[in-house]
Amino acid sequence: MVDLRLTTPEMAEFVTNGYVRLDEVVPADLCQRMLEEIASGRYSGDIFNGTGQLLSEQWVGLGMQSVLQVPRVRATIESLVGPDPRFDHYAVHVSPAQSLRGQDVHQDAEYDLRRRAFDIQASFFFHDVPAEMGGTLLVPGTHFRRVRESAINRYQNIVGQVQTVCKAGTVIFWHHNLWHSGRGNSTDRVRYMFKVRMNPRVKQEKLWNVTEMPPRELRRCLEKHHAWSGNDSRTEILNRIQMWRFLTGDPTYDCSSWWSRIENER
Amino acid sequence: MQLSVNTIRRDNSARGASVSTRQQVLVLYLSHPALDSRVVAWSFYDGTGKYRREAFGPELEPPYANGIQALEDGWRLIQYPRLENPAPGREYEVGYFQSEFVFEKVLEMSGSAQPADSREIA
Repeated sequence: MVDLRLTTPEMAEFVTNGYVRLDEVVPADLCQRMLEEIASGRYSGDIFNGTGQLLSEQWVGLGMQSVLQVPRVRATIESLVGPDPRFDHYAVHVSPAQSLRGQDVHQDAEYDLRRRAFDIQASFFFHDVPAEMGGTLLVPGTHFRRVRESAINRYQNIVGQVQTVCKAGTVIFWHHNLWHSGRGNSTDRVRYMFKVRMNPRVKQEKLWNVTEMPPRELRRCLEKHHAWSGNDSRTEILNRIQMWRFLTGDPTYDCSSWWSRIENER
Repeated sequence: MQLSVNTIRRDNSARGASVSTRQQVLVLYLSHPALDSRVVAWSFYDGTGKYRREAFGPELEPPYANGIQALEDGWRLIQYPRLENPAPGREYEVGYFQSEFVFEKVLEMSGSAQPADSREIA
């Protein structure tokens, strides 16, 4: 049986960038069903209804339950937050046609002070999202930044920001603290993005398909320099190494000597 | 005498009628706290009313490569970031961009309240 969970290189990318993207993973017929259900109001109402229950207990009989059971989707969720995580909340983000004033960049969870563990927010795109439709914009690598929700709206443009342009059925799984925004939609069509937040119920240690990754490649990934990080680039690497230690259960891991040269004092 | 909101608005309105200049503000976030460092983020605010921002991230390339280029293009530096050490125990935390440089241009307005001269940067 093929293991569909994330591989070690994919997890390392997640640690460095704060998100994992799966292109066209939800089948077309299921995407169409979701769009019809959204349009009919099946997902309107209290977005916190069901908070604290299991993810598998949500949307019984609806298309979204089937979406979450798509093998690659389910395996990716398991890789990041464990099997059948706790449901937090959901939201159907609607960007009307010709709504040019998109969101400013923000972070969702300044109240979440966990240092290594994390929630996942999954963004589902059930229709094609061309550039002019203003798909979710992410700033890779910003998930270690401790800021106050919308205070970062003073940053209108950030070098390295990535706007989602994708085909129907694409899903992005992102760290709950990643900086993001929905952009303006200049098309004549409504843009939908279905977001689900989920909380792990287990320690997030080696939940993925732990495949081999040459140490040099792992180091190259974790030491990636995000253009916006500037003078804090090394501190970002130090944080990634700590997260990798947490995820692998190896408290001695180091890329080179970032931490190990200074830990004799502890 | 206590000023009411309406009084303040009337005062601003009267003052605005005599003002013949408007301010544009450019904020550059540099990779390091030196003015000749690389631009890593930027924001622009326009008091002339000519340029309005529609969404976060409309631009892919910064208007200038570094702060010096902004000076060379006529922007006046009005805020220079202080150097501050992180609080003890928080040396490994990252947060807001630290190297925030604020520039301005003051534009003379023509009689029709249009900027007599400006450069589109956003």
